[in-house]
Amino acid sequence: MANFSKSNVPQFSVDVYQNEYLPEGGREVNAIVTVSATGGGTIGSAVTAPHLYSPGQGPSAAVAIMVDCSGSMDYPPTKMRNARDATAAAIDTLRDGVHFAVVGGTHVAKEVYPGGGRLAVADATTRGQAKQALRRLSAGGGTAIGTWLRLADRLLSSADVAIRHGILLTDGRNEHESPQDLKTTLDACAGRFTCDARGVGTDWEVKEVTGIASALLGTADIVADPAGLATDFTQMMETAMGKEVADVALRLWTPVGTTIKFVKQVAPTVEELTGRRTEAGPRAGDYPTGSWGDESRDYHVCVEVPSAGIGQEMLAARVSLVIPQPDGTVQNLGAQGLVRAVWTDDMTASTSINPQVAHYTGQAELAQAIQQGLDARKAGDIDGATAKLGRAVQLASVSGNADTAKLLAKVVDVVDAAAGTVRLKAKVAEADEMTLETRSTKTVRVKK
Amino acid sequence: MPAPPSGPAPDEPTGPDGPDGPDEPDHYPLAAPQPVDPRTADLATPPAGTKTCVACRAGRVDRDGYCENCGHAQPRERDHMEQELDAVAAVSDRGLRHHRNEDAFAVSATALPDGSPAVIAIVCDGVSSATRPDDASLAAAHTANETLLASLPRGAHPQQAMHDAIVAAAEAVNLLAGEPRTAQQQAPHQNAPACTLVGAVVTPTLLVVGWVGDSRVYWIPADRGAPPARLTEDDSWAAQMVAAGLMSEAEAYADDRAHAITGWLGADAYELEPHTASFKPDRPGVVVVCTDGLWNYAETAGEMARAVPLDAARRPLHTAQVLVGHALDGGGHDNVTVAVLPFPAPPQGAGSA
Repeated sequence: MANFSKSNVPQFSVDVYQNEYLPEGGREVNAIVTVSATGGGTIGSAVTAPHLYSPGQGPSAAVAIMVDCSGSMDYPPTKMRNARDATAAAIDTLRDGVHFAVVGGTHVAKEVYPGGGRLAVADATTRGQAKQALRRLSAGGGTAIGTWLRLADRLLSSADVAIRHGILLTDGRNEHESPQDLKTTLDACAGRFTCDARGVGTDWEVKEVTGIASALLGTADIVADPAGLATDFTQMMETAMGKEVADVALRLWTPVGTTIKFVKQVAPTVEELTGRRTEAGPRAGDYPTGSWGDESRDYHVCVEVPSAGIGQEMLAARVSLVIPQPDGTVQNLGAQGLVRAVWTDDMTASTSINPQVAHYTGQAELAQAIQQGLDARKAGDIDGATAKLGRAVQLASVSGNADTAKLLAKVVDVVDAAAGTVRLKAKVAEADEMTLETRSTKTVRVKK
Repeated sequence: MPAPPSGPAPDEPTGPDGPDGPDEPDHYPLAAPQPVDPRTADLATPPAGTKTCVACRAGRVDRDGYCENCGHAQPRERDHMEQELDAVAAVSDRGLRHHRNEDAFAVSATALPDGSPAVIAIVCDGVSSATRPDDASLAAAHTANETLLASLPRGAHPQQAMHDAIVAAAEAVNLLAGEPRTAQQQAPHQNAPACTLVGAVVTPTLLVVGWVGDSRVYWIPADRGAPPARLTEDDSWAAQMVAAGLMSEAEAYADDRAHAITGWLGADAYELEPHTASFKPDRPGVVVVCTDGLWNYAETAGEMARAVPLDAARRPLHTAQVLVGHALDGGGHDNVTVAVLPFPAPPQGAGSA
């Protein structure tokens, strides 16, 4: 049972950035909503010293690590060895008292530790036993990721904890179940636990891995070189240990006659949320955001309001944060933000675009341009790919998204970044292309 | 200081009742139309749910002042304000095109050392391009009024008192710039709060005006045969162009920059130049103190005189309401604020505030 009275539950705040002024007849209202969670008392610790927790100090949590054990993990054999070492490093990062299990995944899912449909409770003994059990991991078999997730869900739900999280590692395509089976599983697991997904090597499908992370509100990334796994697993586990509250939903109230055009997370990554609304009473809906540690995220909300006369003012949306409770009620986290619409005949006011809205509109377009550019490239559409990736280079450049600009430069030769003039590279390393695709949704924040 | 246009001409005296017949008891002016009454009593204590939205008439109003059904903002206290004393009345309205009222006024009455009445009206117009213009106008109007209420009974000359009141009001507005921001947390550009100020003091023998900016005072004699007059000279781009002889009045006021003001109260004002003038009208009439939200629809003294009801001296509140109505009928493009003071100050007005 979630214990929200603990002093380490973070304080949430909501800030709204928008130009509320609309011209006569104007209907579209855009706002960037920054949600910040602070004061939980564990940040910093999430990165530097998770071991400072003693049992019962951090929020109760359960973690399942799912390791790909399909036959391809032995080619090269370092892959399996690195996966084993990475899992061991993640186990070392578990704080005492956290429930955990290790699942080995092939075309079926097997409990590697502790077994018997249970979770272990982390301490020196269980950590040692778990690492011992990892030695028995061996490669052989196919890949049916849905089965791994279902087993993880069963195990995680056996503990009465606040935070449920999975870490999934795969090296290949989800070949032994249909895409529909995986989708059904993701739908069933969504909201029950969060999950980070990693692809190791270059033989996996980017859209499968990003799709898992997206559905389960976690992160996705590529670990092209298996040697990098241990560091990545440690970081993922540290972040998971920093989470303090789960199942937070962004609640949007809009007045009668209003249409929500979209709701998306825009920082730290672009994540479309529009279709994930759950109705929550009259004119209100909840959008899932998963679990939170000390962190800050930005959301772009776009609503269409009924037009009103010059001089009128209305509330276009009220943004709050809630945690659904088992009994059907919600816990309101207190913070709220107002998105307003004010009609004016002052053209200077109504035509200016809020810098935050402009920035994130550009970041969302950047992610889309990369996706479309890479898809065009795969389809052999050289002109289309050049145009889209050129636009991406231009957007990354003007917005200061240096990381994405670097990744783009491995796929295209940049002639003029400001103008968006590029040439496709004749030869592109598969890892570079997959890295760009996997990280295309990463955004930077507005320079303040 | 620009010379105010010529004051009331010495001409045929008329009775205190003006040309519209003998004084009839008329102590029951029409109540102002108040379709909604979001006054102080309603605002603080009762929980949400006690008020119904004025826009859709279906939803309840939440604590933020927005309708829980249609989201529309509810009228604020300052959207429409009226005040009436024995010898002065003022009305301020948001107008039809602005989403809030950034004008403010203060009216009061006191007594000079000799016991004769002195009636005060101050009207301020917040500068929209500045931060917190509504706070600026409110602070300026209240401070100027309080300063006059303190200095006039002590025997200060009304013209000097008006000058000092404007200086005090300017200081009050300057102080706002240092305060932590409240409502305008996310204002994209931070200008110091600023506003105009125009004031009038009426005694049994004297009419004193003072101003900074483009808010105005008009003199409308009770005898409409006598010429009305504008008693203030705008601190505005157009007025300066005309005064410098660079443009005709028609040319200047047709320019986009016509209404750019060249003087205001606020921390961004480089040099405060309060203008004051003193008049000794030789006949009764009314003094109209107003923001450009009104005079945009009655620019010349003649136009203003035509808009002022004939019984203005006996019904200041009604007159102020009529003049605000005139501006709204004309389009109500700006906030509108009008104060109306009969001259001479009637003896019974003394000390009745």
